[in-house]
Amino acid sequence: MAGGIAEKENGAPAGSVSLPVILFTFLKIGAFTFGGGYVILPIIQREIIHRLAWLEMEDFMDILIITQSLPGPLALNCSIIVGQRLRGTAGGLVAALGIVLPSFLIILLLAAFLLPVVWDNKYVQAAFYGLRPAVAALVSAVALNLGRRFVQDRLSLGLLALLLGAALAFRLHPVFILVLGAFLGLLFCRKNE
Amino acid sequence: MNFLLLLDLFWSFFKVGLFSFGGGYAMIPLMEAELITRHGWLTAKEFIDIIAIAETTPGPISINAATYVGFRLAGITGSATATIGVVSPSLFILLALGTFLLKTIKMKDPRVESIIRGLRPAVIILILLAAFSLGKTGLVDGTTFAIAAALFLGSVLFKVNPFYLLAAGAVLGLILFPYY
Repeated sequence: MAGGIAEKENGAPAGSVSLPVILFTFLKIGAFTFGGGYVILPIIQREIIHRLAWLEMEDFMDILIITQSLPGPLALNCSIIVGQRLRGTAGGLVAALGIVLPSFLIILLLAAFLLPVVWDNKYVQAAFYGLRPAVAALVSAVALNLGRRFVQDRLSLGLLALLLGAALAFRLHPVFILVLGAFLGLLFCRKNE
Repeated sequence: MNFLLLLDLFWSFFKVGLFSFGGGYAMIPLMEAELITRHGWLTAKEFIDIIAIAETTPGPISINAATYVGFRLAGITGSATATIGVVSPSLFILLALGTFLLKTIKMKDPRVESIIRGLRPAVIILILLAAFSLGKTGLVDGTTFAIAAALFLGSVLFKVNPFYLLAAGAVLGLILFPYY
């Protein structure tokens, strides 16, 4: 698998896609994708691989693995790497700007003009009365789904129980929970092959 | 313009960006720790409302939250500062250290895989903790409890897109709101 490092001529040759095109593509993805990374990633895949053919599927899978092992919003990381592949550092910056700008402007408009006016309206209050338990349900479901997907062996289950116990008993800071997880992983998870 | 506040905003959201692994939901506890407990910038109720807004508008949650909180505290300057703060770690890590990191990860170094295998349960714990604290804020009576239970089952059984799940919550809220 390590042989994949060798650079191959895949998808669009580096430098052939202009910065404005990169910006416009990611603006579009950023503007029309509701929700977080797991919703945006398939759309980036559809646009970049199937429609524009900027990258090969195999390249994109590599990018996904990298994206998921680094900190930061998934959609942002993925966009930066794709932009960088196409046009170096400037491409990465432009892709980041494209993916961030639509949500930035929409939230700004909401916070500055819409919410102050409608906030006290009883129907808006009613909608948020139902939105709050919906958010709690959504996040619980995500926890359950991720648990079912990733905690399938005894070691992971043990780590999960240990971390949960530690988190609740010592009211650990979230960053410390991550650091502890990484440390325990390094300590106990050996490659099973 | 209060320069120290802007610096605080930038730094808080920089930390959120730097330590968010595994998608937006895992950084909810960190945002709570920074924005509610540490700085008192938001109440628990405002925070859950921001997540609802973030999930029903385009874009990653942490970026939406940064834009909104920044605006609430220091207008457009604050909003730009917080947003730049939350995206900076990604930009720095990927653009400055990019090639080196990408090669390390692609080499399938067993240590990288071990760390990721340890991070996964940690991320799940963070999301569980987030669900628990959001539940405490959002489930205020029998009606909200029933809405949450119904949507949780719907989400687990049918894997509904988060946007539609929240839209259903809003509609149920409009129908069942007891304080008209």
